[in-house]
Amino acid sequence: MATLLQQLINGLVLGAAIALIALGYTMVYGIIQLINFAHGEVFMVGGFASLATYSYVLPDSWKSDWYLALPLMAVGGALVAVVLAVIMERFAYRPLRNAPRLAPLITALGVSVVLKEAVRLWYPGATAPVPYPRAFVDKQFSVEAFGGRITIGSTALLMIAVSLIGAVVLQTYISRSRMGRAMRATAQDPDTARLMGVNPNRTIVLTFAIGAALAGIAGVLYGIHYTNVDTEVGFLYGIFAFTAAVLGGVGSIKGAVIGGFAIGLIKSLAGQYLPGGTSYDLVWIFILLIVVLVFRPQGLFGEPERVRA
Amino acid sequence: MTATPVLSASNVSMVFGGLTALSEVSLQLHEGQILGLIGPNGAGKTTFFNCLTGLYTPTRGTVTLRGRTLPSDPAAVTVAGIARTFQNIRLFPSMTALENVMVGRHSRMKQGPLASLFHGPAYRKGEADARARSLELLDFVGLTGLDDELARNLPYGDQRRLEIARALATDPAVLLLDEPTAGMNPQETEAARQLIFAIRETGVAVVVIEHDTKFIFSLCDHVSVLVQGQLLVEGAPEVVRGDPRVIEAYLGKPPDEVEAEVRQYAEEAGRPSAAESTMVIPPVRERDGGSEGGNR
Repeated sequence: MATLLQQLINGLVLGAAIALIALGYTMVYGIIQLINFAHGEVFMVGGFASLATYSYVLPDSWKSDWYLALPLMAVGGALVAVVLAVIMERFAYRPLRNAPRLAPLITALGVSVVLKEAVRLWYPGATAPVPYPRAFVDKQFSVEAFGGRITIGSTALLMIAVSLIGAVVLQTYISRSRMGRAMRATAQDPDTARLMGVNPNRTIVLTFAIGAALAGIAGVLYGIHYTNVDTEVGFLYGIFAFTAAVLGGVGSIKGAVIGGFAIGLIKSLAGQYLPGGTSYDLVWIFILLIVVLVFRPQGLFGEPERVRA
Repeated sequence: MTATPVLSASNVSMVFGGLTALSEVSLQLHEGQILGLIGPNGAGKTTFFNCLTGLYTPTRGTVTLRGRTLPSDPAAVTVAGIARTFQNIRLFPSMTALENVMVGRHSRMKQGPLASLFHGPAYRKGEADARARSLELLDFVGLTGLDDELARNLPYGDQRRLEIARALATDPAVLLLDEPTAGMNPQETEAARQLIFAIRETGVAVVVIEHDTKFIFSLCDHVSVLVQGQLLVEGAPEVVRGDPRVIEAYLGKPPDEVEAEVRQYAEEAGRPSAAESTMVIPPVRERDGGSEGGNR
């Protein structure tokens, strides 16, 4: 029983990270129907950028105070991620906006490889996992319960809290604000939105930027929780997040969050209880994806695809 | 009229590949005017609208709004003061009626992406003003109380009116209506006519594309007839109505045979509420070339 609870907690933490990344996938797909395979790498770059902020930017006297260091790392990671996403949109995707869908998809794969290799080549020591500083927020909360010990770290709580708050803020932003309405209008009918005075480029860039900011923050949280970051996580978490977005229904914020947590939970529970253990946990995730897509192709919360007039 | 026109198109031509959809079309719209644009299917009416809204850049010719050349980007054209509705309704189906109108308000609001995140007092005031103005416009077009309804759930006639409210939310100087009464019954058509008169009262000049000549002749101050991409005749409704070239090009019948029919339309048009079924102009019979390039 204690093991079950512990695995539930582990799953929620993993799911929170996936959910934060999935939000970016789902928003970008919602607005320009692009599966941005490079989004996972944006998350990875966010992790490295916040580490760089810590290692090369912060004065030594601030490093031990987590309440100074952590927000600044988050800002550094998010900022680099946003700049990267904006450049990516401007130079890789925008020229292909009216091209057949396969072209931007392949471009996204290309961008993904470029980013991963660039970090591997140029970030000092990135050919192997790079350790994150452990000096701060490593407090653990433990409870003796159900004949065992359940531990949850403060980084884990932070990850779950940020993910949920991020999703709620984003949902409110999209449903209530001026730019949020512009994003939804552009997603539903870009030409008409343009004719109503909505600048499509500005709206699309904003969508990429918001997604990247969330991925960048996920990068920092991932780093401090798992205490290292390496160039491979972008691809792996990109796939998880993509699956989460599809599972929840691409275009749906709620779907991305629930999909993210579902995948996190399945991975940790299946790794513990199902035959094959952790070597087969990915198999169960994709079996679930297939089952959902067979019975509900639009995902759990997605709107059925409409044929555009 | 010698005043500067609000909207002026001079010698606008639009060529798609080898197909000339518009050839040297000129048109002037003055303050407070309702201008009708009629013509058989494929005459280039919608293509012309697309040229006026920046969706197409004319191959030749210029369009000016209050003396200034239009920008080539549709969003910028809307900001400059031209708004439109569509032949096939193009609302944002998964947004509510109010949200649709508020999207129209977008370009007149100031809040940037970060202001909306921090919810300052200026942001809240801007949002409240936009909301109030949008509700007012819903009232104006007769959709009071339907603000929370999803656009796709509204009945057809209400969707057309919602499109008008959304277009008006952009504070246009010129409103382009592409077949505003298509598919409407006589009562709805009459309501649309009254609505367009009311829009003119607010100081917006209107251009209407319609197939229903009775509607056009009873509504407009000025009528332009487009046939095969060319401006055939223009002038006051009484003049256009009786022009034999219009009757021939439009109806493909010998003029005298049609004249009585046209006179009958005109008489009926005088009555405020026509109970008879609306007459719709049949397409040109002999010449079937030219597709409606602008239909999207």
